[in-house]
Amino acid sequence: MPSLPDMNTPDVAELAREAAAHSHHTEIPTPDVDQDAFLEFLLRLGDTTLILGHRVSEWCGHSPALEEDIALANVALDLIGQTQMWLGLAAEVEGKGRTADDLAYLRDAWDFRNLLLVERPNGDFGHTLMRQFLFDAWHFELLNALAASTDARVGEIAAKALKEVAYHLERSSDLVIRLGDGTEESNRRMREALEALWAYTGEMFTADEKDRAVAEAGIAPDPESLRAAWEATVRDVLEQATLAVPASTFAHKGGKRGVHTEHLGYILAEMQFLQRAYPGSSW
Amino acid sequence: MMTATQPSTAEVWDWLSHVPDPEIPVISLTDLGIIRDVAWDDDTLVVTVTPTYTGCPATSIINLDIETALRGKGIGKLRLKRQISPPWTTDWISAEGREKLRAYGIAPPIDGTAADGRLMGRIDRLAGGNRVVACPRCGSSHTSKVSQFGSTPCKASYRCDDCLEPFDYFKCI
Repeated sequence: MPSLPDMNTPDVAELAREAAAHSHHTEIPTPDVDQDAFLEFLLRLGDTTLILGHRVSEWCGHSPALEEDIALANVALDLIGQTQMWLGLAAEVEGKGRTADDLAYLRDAWDFRNLLLVERPNGDFGHTLMRQFLFDAWHFELLNALAASTDARVGEIAAKALKEVAYHLERSSDLVIRLGDGTEESNRRMREALEALWAYTGEMFTADEKDRAVAEAGIAPDPESLRAAWEATVRDVLEQATLAVPASTFAHKGGKRGVHTEHLGYILAEMQFLQRAYPGSSW
Repeated sequence: MMTATQPSTAEVWDWLSHVPDPEIPVISLTDLGIIRDVAWDDDTLVVTVTPTYTGCPATSIINLDIETALRGKGIGKLRLKRQISPPWTTDWISAEGREKLRAYGIAPPIDGTAADGRLMGRIDRLAGGNRVVACPRCGSSHTSKVSQFGSTPCKASYRCDDCLEPFDYFKCI
């Protein structure tokens, strides 16, 4: 099979910028909404896919099997691709001339709006897969609802991303079932992962005034409205994985308003190093 | 004057049908179904391209290849437009493209098998139909999935349980 093309081909970055600048959006008037709330919503989503994409990419070269290494890298790639679109739209809505790259590489931890769940350390392979499953089940329901957004740009991106995320959800469901209903050790590890991550799932469904503003404008669903479908998927898969759904409803919160765990700083230190040390460099 | 020297859009489509996909060079960009429109905007040729996957690393190379091919045909003013809606689907891969994939050793996508996020329901539904991924080498339907992902974002890894060859399946989306 042919390998990946040489990414140093001259003008590639410029061509990509040009293509993005002429990207086509359906000509539908954008809904009347507080632009600060809209921007906040886009940052929450784009930062969440960015940080999870980066976290998952940390597995590259370290997975238990080559096929899983490739699969994780592909999931990470999809999430980064979606990030380019969400943060690209965020930059457009912000209207200050920043780009998706500026938002990803040149903001500090307190400006990031990602869910705490996605900055959790990878742990072992089972832990990573459990986090992915809990996230995918939510991400799928969110995109499904966003595909019907009153903002055509949001709807287009969501419809595109939904196809990729449906595939992610099927894969993570499959592996959670296989590992949960596997050996005594794999079951124990999946149980421990579920217990460790459970308190980070509640943040996906909590709403503040910004969430309510975009929900009222029909741009995004009320976060709470996604809970029933998410719980149904989670119950179904965990049951087949012979894992008990934790009873606790305690939820860690803060990521959506920029209050993060210590892990995010380390992620940014690695992810942003090149642009911080060599501003404006490209390949 | 200007219009007299402009090639027809049909001619441009024909040129693009000879531009290979950078990762699977046996099929062309038009076989893959990612060229969505070719039109003249006054004296500027506008080619609308849709990405297969949002993070596909070949996207910028594809843009470069389109530009190189069209410049080579004497197109001076060119604009590439990215369009993500409606989202690309493997249903858009031409019949000819599917045969080329098979001959190259990649099992073409089976329509109607795209992931919908409902793993359990889908397994039941697919089991009802005869939707096996056949080995592109020996034609056997006795194959197994090795991984849901493969060497590029658009493929999954399979193995033939008869001739024992590993092969790629162009996953359906």
